[in-house]
Amino acid sequence: MAEDIQKFLHTFSALADLGQEIADTSEFNEMASTSLHLVLGTLAIMRGAIGEYQPEYGSIRLIAKRNLDKNLPTELLLDYFENRELCEMGITTVVAEESESKVLDFVTNNNEWLNDAKIELVMPLVVRGRLIGVILLGEKASGENYTDQDKAVLSSMARHIGVGLQERRQREELERRTREIKHLYDGLRAIYRDTVRAFAAAIDCKDKYTQGHSDRVGKYCEIIARELGWEEEEVEGIMIAGYLHDVGKLAVERNIINAPYRINAQESSELNKHPMVGFEILSPIRHPYADIPQAARSHHERIDGRGYPEGLKGDEIPIGAKIVTVADSFDAMTTDRPYRRRRSLEEVLEDFQRNTGKQFDPRVVVAFFRAMLKEITNSNVEKRFRRLLGRDYMNTDTLAMKLQNLITEIEGHKTAVAA
Amino acid sequence: MTNPSVSKDVYSTRKGKVAIVYATDYLNKNSGEKVEYECQRHLSSGYKGLVISFRETKIVNSIGVSILLGIIESAKNSGSQVVFSEANQQTISLFEMLGLTKHVKVAVDENEALRVATDEEKSLG
Repeated sequence: MAEDIQKFLHTFSALADLGQEIADTSEFNEMASTSLHLVLGTLAIMRGAIGEYQPEYGSIRLIAKRNLDKNLPTELLLDYFENRELCEMGITTVVAEESESKVLDFVTNNNEWLNDAKIELVMPLVVRGRLIGVILLGEKASGENYTDQDKAVLSSMARHIGVGLQERRQREELERRTREIKHLYDGLRAIYRDTVRAFAAAIDCKDKYTQGHSDRVGKYCEIIARELGWEEEEVEGIMIAGYLHDVGKLAVERNIINAPYRINAQESSELNKHPMVGFEILSPIRHPYADIPQAARSHHERIDGRGYPEGLKGDEIPIGAKIVTVADSFDAMTTDRPYRRRRSLEEVLEDFQRNTGKQFDPRVVVAFFRAMLKEITNSNVEKRFRRLLGRDYMNTDTLAMKLQNLITEIEGHKTAVAA
Repeated sequence: MTNPSVSKDVYSTRKGKVAIVYATDYLNKNSGEKVEYECQRHLSSGYKGLVISFRETKIVNSIGVSILLGIIESAKNSGSQVVFSEANQQTISLFEMLGLTKHVKVAVDENEALRVATDEEKSLG
């Protein structure tokens, strides 16, 4: 009687441990290994294995094994009919001996392997009518035969293990697919970015004096957005907007774009159509980022309302367009044009000082020059401006002070206006 | 000569040609794997006498039993004898009920275990 109670407690404790293991978040092979331990330890079975059914290969692959000959193959064949037969049996135990009235085809066909492995019981793991795998068990340490009570305990454990294995396999499959989709998505985004940059290069090719302009504007936009603390997705979006902001120039006559003189009013009117044309080109495209067409449309707007094409004011202009405006103007001033040499950085700063609050949004200007200030005062910051502008251009002793003054003045003005 | 080998809580020593592995108070998966590791280490070093001391052990769960079966099987394959030593009455009853005692010798204390393991080692050797 005392032995019965002890047996009951030992079995009950094993079932509780199995339940915990299945509810746990351990990975597939870990769960299989622990489950096998629990099955073997409950009835003190000398050896055993858990096999996973692989429908694509028509086989059972051993995923956990204990005390089996290392030289035995780790896969057993299982054809369609054997699968059906195992499924129809549900959770049960089958003695792998010829003396049994019903011997499964699976047992007959793998008889040599099962004998070599000293396997006595084959327990199908079936969940909702589908074969998940099998548990293969050797002899009991006691040398006694399996009783009906033993088989009932094993059946109960097998049911839990089947569900646990299926759940983990599905979860792993889901994670694998998620990783795959993410990989594909990243690949598509990379293709999109490369295409956009190639397109930007094509835009710039039309203007022999501004080669690389769109690329640089995209990079300046990225710097500003990062300094403003934007999320990675938004940073990427504004960078793309920078690359594509001049796409409308594709519709402008090449001789107007490349005119080696200040263009006249009619030519200027033609050129000034490019933001709207750009918007029309970009609008039908389903960009993965917001406001790219709008940034192209409004990058020549001014916050005082004197810009074009719509004369928008202040907050009527999207923030993305305001960023592109600053980046675009900065690049225009810091590169050679057909009718003038590029300006010195001091002159550029003075221009921004004069026009912030009129042409440019103060928040954007401050972010832009704060990023530049960080670069020249902190050796650990990536030298992006230096790469874009050239080392000599940035080599001015008083640049840090001038940048700091500009930032302080704009921020002071902002505070005064707000008050 | 004694070469204590400590792995946090499970540890082992060598006395003559016998290795003694000391299990912890609860023989479960974590501590069981450490016991198994220590036993395998000594078996692969050629020790034919292996004592597992349950001096501190209060409970052995199913995973612990499974791991002990693995050790017994490994010892058999390498021609070694396993002796269980100083197990409490509850643990001995469990081992008897499950049939483990058909594969190992049981000793009441370490001296007896060493003697049994040494005798076995001589007979095997």
